[in-house]
Amino acid sequence: MTHRGSRVLHVGSLSRVEGEGALHVHMHEGRVTETRLQIYEPPRFFEAFLRGRAYTEPPDITARVCGICPVAYQMSACRAVENACGVDVDGQLAELRRLLYCGEWIESQVLHIYLLHAPDFLGCDGAIDLARAHRGHVERGLRLKQTGNAILELLGGRAIHPVNVRLGGFHRVPARAELRPLGERLRRAMDDAWATVRWVAGFDFPDAGCDNVLLALTEPGRYAIDAGVPAAMAAPSTHGLPADTTRRLPIRTFPVSAFTKEVVEHQVPHSTALQATLRGERHLTGSLARYAINGKLLSPTAVEAAKEAGLGDPLAGTVCRNPFRSILVRAVEALYAVEEALRIVEAYEPPPRPHMEVTPRAGTGHGATEAPRGLLYHRYVLDAEGTVTDAVLVPPTAQNQAAIEEDLRRLVQDESDRGGGTDAELTALCERAIRNHDPCISCSTHFLDLTLHRS
Amino acid sequence: MDTPTLAAPTLAIWKLASCDGCQLTLLDCEDELLTLAGQVEIAHFLEASSAVRPGPYDLSLVEGSVTTAADAERVRAIRAESRRLVTIGACATAGGIQALRNFADVEEFRRTVYARPDYIDTLSTSTPVSAHVDVDFELRGCPIDRGQLLEVITAFLTGRKPDIPNHSVCFACKRRGTVCVTVAHGTPCLGPVTHAGCGAICPAYGRGCYGCFGPSGSVNLTALIPLLHRDGMDDRDVERLLRTFNAAAFDREAKEATP
Ligand code: SF4
Ligand code: SF4
Repeated sequence: MTHRGSRVLHVGSLSRVEGEGALHVHMHEGRVTETRLQIYEPPRFFEAFLRGRAYTEPPDITARVCGICPVAYQMSACRAVENACGVDVDGQLAELRRLLYCGEWIESQVLHIYLLHAPDFLGCDGAIDLARAHRGHVERGLRLKQTGNAILELLGGRAIHPVNVRLGGFHRVPARAELRPLGERLRRAMDDAWATVRWVAGFDFPDAGCDNVLLALTEPGRYAIDAGVPAAMAAPSTHGLPADTTRRLPIRTFPVSAFTKEVVEHQVPHSTALQATLRGERHLTGSLARYAINGKLLSPTAVEAAKEAGLGDPLAGTVCRNPFRSILVRAVEALYAVEEALRIVEAYEPPPRPHMEVTPRAGTGHGATEAPRGLLYHRYVLDAEGTVTDAVLVPPTAQNQAAIEEDLRRLVQDESDRGGGTDAELTALCERAIRNHDPCISCSTHFLDLTLHRS
Repeated sequence: MDTPTLAAPTLAIWKLASCDGCQLTLLDCEDELLTLAGQVEIAHFLEASSAVRPGPYDLSLVEGSVTTAADAERVRAIRAESRRLVTIGACATAGGIQALRNFADVEEFRRTVYARPDYIDTLSTSTPVSAHVDVDFELRGCPIDRGQLLEVITAFLTGRKPDIPNHSVCFACKRRGTVCVTVAHGTPCLGPVTHAGCGAICPAYGRGCYGCFGPSGSVNLTALIPLLHRDGMDDRDVERLLRTFNAAAFDREAKEATP
């Protein structure tokens, strides 16, 4: 392997990620000069055509940004429009929303763990290939994923682009008896979720760290999924700590309404997705960020699972900054979502009405929730009739893109400093590093808030 | 010598502009996935596997619409490599939600909304795959239905015609025993003009159909629109309702209804 001259690694089409992207790494004289996660997913112009739509429409329309996390889009859209209209959905309706979201968390996290990510650790091309050698594991994954889908189908009507969500709540809420079979299923799913944590804990994890700011929603008393305020955990480098630190660092929160003041997006030539930074610093959202910021709010079962999985004790403030171990955090979160869904199902009392009235008024509304792959922010401006006059969507991948590129840079540089790595090995390593973040590339196709850049 | 008749048929899944929801439907066939994988060779499915085998392919499923010159080129290459080509979903079959650009000035979208419009390569339209190449079958839905997808795959692999009826959501409501939301509650509903396939989910959840499967075999918008007006929608609401996930397809029907 020569360290002289230039070297280019290139992956034309990334696999086992949602959406389409490519990867380019350039090296010169042994230094990584450029890493680019190129998103060539064609722009779909959601923010443009949301203008002129009725205030009731963003939940159904924005669901179509992403087939893997439609509920995240529906929930962030509902929260933002309701916020503009001065409505706060609470009580059992809010619990049902959280239940629906748990369904998506289970489905999406398990999809990523078993079908997209685990093959990397076991040297397979994909889940079908994996099933040849580890059929029982894949079957368990499919069963668990199906449990998530069962929640989405019962409560949402279908698993992809659920139809039952509306402003203020639902078109129809289930009777107690309708949820009962789900309860039995979730009880059985607890075993599968535990087995998933144990299975994943046995994988071989490369050493790595990331020194980004971590950003996730936080709310008092429980692990934030469908609500909360943004909380940023400082980057270790700004405190002179090593990048792989597992200590909690200072956390600062800010209101959702300040989101686009804090998280600023800019356009880069190589990508149809925008890149965002938090007050100019690289930041990361998603499982690692949520676990770092909210780990102590996990249920006792999930805390136990985290400890058993080797993630340390979240109650003692241990955080995980190794992106390769995000699959472990995802498994713990899937277990938490199963347990949380079960809790909601067991405590469920049908609310008096399926939805609260949401009357339009002129104003701006903000909404953020935790998509499985990270914080998803929506903002809508409504006129007095409830017509959307402006829309901004900030998906997780746009926020994570710079952190992913930095991961790639560091990994390739370290590997090459150690003198190792054929092009094929480095390329495979980069692909794994990208999958660590479960990027949702369809989501990234997105507009810029132009006011930031007018010159 | 190869004996292609004995080899497992090859299946390829492709993506153009889309949300991935339709191809995800295949991964959502949890009960059938491993059985299916034993019967076909999944030769190209980037969302699920890094292994990519070269064409030709016995059956290609295409998700997403054509919104860039490169994708128009790509879809021709896919056609050339596929014995059978089936489009999956409203994007591939009718241009999808991104076809809303067809009614707007995309140049203006791009200029006013992207700081550097020159970085963005896009066509001014979002068109279905059939506008570019011959298509053997179009499966509707945003997203497609799991059961219908399995039917289409099995039918093509065994060389028969898929059993996908052309009737409307109303038929499915009757079959399901759902009380008509329009008759009983005066809820505006596109069920009478929307292609069946979802199992009539929305009326079962107490909401009107919003047309995510696109137009059915016979569409009578002239009769439906006054009903939508009666149930409280003004012209703008009706236009929005028809111009959502299958905008281009319903628009064609609307033009025929009001010449
Ligand atoms: S038709 Fe709907 S579900 Fe299918 S890819 Fe297009 S937007 Fe997604
Ligand atoms: S909108 Fe119509 S076609 Fe789509 S799921 Fe609802 S009832 Fe079915």
